Amino acid sequence: MELVVFLIAGALAIIGALGLIGFRNPVHSALSLVLSLFAVAILFLNQDAQFLAAVQVIVYAGAIVVLFLFVIMLLGVDQAEDLSVEPITGQRPIALAIGAAVLVLSVLFISVAADGGATGLESVTATKVDSITTTTQSATDALADDQTDGTEALPNIEQLGRSLFTDYVFAFEVTALLLTIAVVGAVLLARKPKGELAPMPEIPVPDTSGAASSPDETEEMEDA
Amino acid sequence: MELTSTWYLVLAAILFALGATGLLVRRNPLIMFMCVELMLNAVNLTFVTFGNDLNDLGGEISVFFVLVVAAAEVVVGLAIIVAIMRRRNEATADDLSVLRG
Repeated sequence: MELVVFLIAGALAIIGALGLIGFRNPVHSALSLVLSLFAVAILFLNQDAQFLAAVQVIVYAGAIVVLFLFVIMLLGVDQAEDLSVEPITGQRPIALAIGAAVLVLSVLFISVAADGGATGLESVTATKVDSITTTTQSATDALADDQTDGTEALPNIEQLGRSLFTDYVFAFEVTALLLTIAVVGAVLLARKPKGELAPMPEIPVPDTSGAASSPDETEEMEDA
Repeated sequence: MELTSTWYLVLAAILFALGATGLLVRRNPLIMFMCVELMLNAVNLTFVTFGNDLNDLGGEISVFFVLVVAAAEVVVGLAIIVAIMRRRNEATADDLSVLRG
């Protein structure tokens, strides 16, 4: 059953990722990103991370992608991008080669390092108790589980909450500071400046023919 | 066939590689940003996988913080993109070379 869920969700995640880099219209790309993020949320659920699955859907698929769509609509850049021309010579082959290299190297690393599962010691301090099995188990089983594990059988959210507000409380507070700084920075950056801003200098479009680019440059130098 | 953590890790590697390829191929800064989000998500998947495999809550805690940092990053990044696009329409990532000193 878990394998079936994994295969379906994994296929959806890859389809969404391909759509993200393949669609010409930014709105379509954003919607494919939602598909990919949602599939990853399902994979979180498949691995007993219920809280993170919910947060993934709410924060990523809900808030962040909506923010992206909002900016796309606000700026009016929702027209299709022309993907047929290659902006920099050799960019796509090199990008594909780098992407393939990343994939091959990481898969190689996984197959070498994690031969038959992850290596490393099991956690002693922050043990994760499988919430589904403990809630469906009978009380005596759960009690026995407590004694063997040395931890209480708590739901996933409660375990996370306890860990977050005890062991990781400093990081949590720093996170609050980070969010405050991000809000202040966003307000400062997006504020309409007083007075007219000088328009950004036009960059001459790199032209492969070579003939058209030189007059542009002289024109700009005269402007300056 | 049995579902092991290696399957999840390979899927995360594929998603990461797709995100990296998209980041290098596309020139629209918004789509490049979305590709970065996809790469972050792939890494989150590995965190959850290892946390599940090693029976450690630390993996899920890390994902929580990555989520928060990603949200903050998106807010500031989109504000920068809006500020640039307001001054100059149809900006691509190449046009940001005007930021040079």
